[in-house]
Amino acid sequence: MNLEESLESCVVRMMEVAAFNVSPDVTKALRKALDREESDVAKINLSAIVENIEAAKQERKPVCQDTGTPTFFLKIGEDFPVKAKIHEILRRAVRRATKEIPLRPNAVNPWTLENSGDNTGRMVPIVHVEIVEGNSLELTYLAKGGGSENTVQLFMLSPVLGVNGIKKAVLEAIYRAGPKPCPPVVVGVGVGGSSELCLKIAKRAALRPIDQPNPDEKLRNLERELLDMINSSGFGPMGLGGRTYALAVHVDWAHKHPASLPVGISTICWALRKSVAKVHSDGSFEILAPEVV
Amino acid sequence: MERHFRIPVSEEKVRSLRVGDVVYLSGVLVTGRDQVHRRALQYLREGKTLPMDLRDGALYHCGPIMIEKGGEWRVYGFGPTTSARMEPVEAEFIERTGVRFIIGKGGMFERTTEAMGRLGAAYLAHPGGVSVLATRSVKRVKDVHWLDLGIPEAMWVLEVEDFGPTIVAIDSHGSNLYIDVMRKAEERKNSILRSLSI
Ligand code: SF4
Repeated sequence: MNLEESLESCVVRMMEVAAFNVSPDVTKALRKALDREESDVAKINLSAIVENIEAAKQERKPVCQDTGTPTFFLKIGEDFPVKAKIHEILRRAVRRATKEIPLRPNAVNPWTLENSGDNTGRMVPIVHVEIVEGNSLELTYLAKGGGSENTVQLFMLSPVLGVNGIKKAVLEAIYRAGPKPCPPVVVGVGVGGSSELCLKIAKRAALRPIDQPNPDEKLRNLERELLDMINSSGFGPMGLGGRTYALAVHVDWAHKHPASLPVGISTICWALRKSVAKVHSDGSFEILAPEVV
Repeated sequence: MERHFRIPVSEEKVRSLRVGDVVYLSGVLVTGRDQVHRRALQYLREGKTLPMDLRDGALYHCGPIMIEKGGEWRVYGFGPTTSARMEPVEAEFIERTGVRFIIGKGGMFERTTEAMGRLGAAYLAHPGGVSVLATRSVKRVKDVHWLDLGIPEAMWVLEVEDFGPTIVAIDSHGSNLYIDVMRKAEERKNSILRSLSI
């Protein structure tokens, strides 16, 4: 098999694995949350979610009927032989996966409302590229649901507000989101950079595995504080009351302009479908996550 | 309390429900989201009848994934969609059709709550994204109307068995669980902010 073909198969496989499987770290966190909840309503919502995750895996059916917008984060090794062509290969893979799995076609022209029918379109799939050292390609795939994308928010704060301003923005975002993003959610917070960068790193931060702690102790503490703050709102699963609105809060940051303090808050629903794979220049590839048995 | 209902359902039964009750439905379920609401209201305002009588029935805010195999439709994805989009027209929809249950996710607001109290209807919250369990409850695709609106927007008529769990989030006595939770959360907000010394 040549490299381009393996890359295409790898992406199709990644999309398939993600469609039927909620990320295992998220499933584990949902189970833990179920133990912590006291109200019947919260327990019913969470146990239906956990049961649904199992059923999707067994029956090979999409976890949620919204199979999401295909989104890729790529780390392309500078010596990886395929580069500019990657976009075309991703497009091909998305078309194939949409038909074979099948996925719901979610790419709509905003002017004519025409659905392309295959999850591709202008600038879709959404691809973020980073060039790194080495000769392999690492891909992270996210099937991003529309409900929780609609509650993503950007705050351009005054820098005088400092850390407290950031906390307040996170709280504000959660109160505006309420039941809409199908909580429990994972919340990514991107601080600094620019308007577009803070949102990008927020989404990427939300993809960090829940059981992988932030290496920065200060941020680790801030994440815990934000999580407690969000959950003490009492919105709970599905916004119908309870202790678990968020499963985790992940913070990432970038340097910023002295006059601005951009804060991006990205919500991802419990149906967090992601996969990670590595493709080598000889055409071999591994699905690194999720581990599926 | 856990309750199991068969559709069509009487006003009396619906009025016996309170927010927080858990309901499973069996019988005929009809899907309808944005475009079904638009077209149905247009028909009813013009005095035309709908292809499907919804009196005492259940309407599900859902854009299913359907697959056609050998001339037969099969359900592949059946989770709820966001009900808030239907808020501006739902009160009129309930009034004109006589539907008893509206099922969806994310909740509905004051106008729908008022109409449900007046007309004897309830809003059932299906856990968002819980598509496979919902799919399992479908016994048969009985019919489809208005397929010209597209698969997710069409009016699908399905026979279900123990569809749920759904939670009564708006009852016919003026209670709305989403509004209650929001109100309590608002009360907590200031003390959360204070604890952050903001
Ligand atoms: S927000 Fe997530 S769980 Fe809810 S409907 Fe969308 S994709 Fe599914």
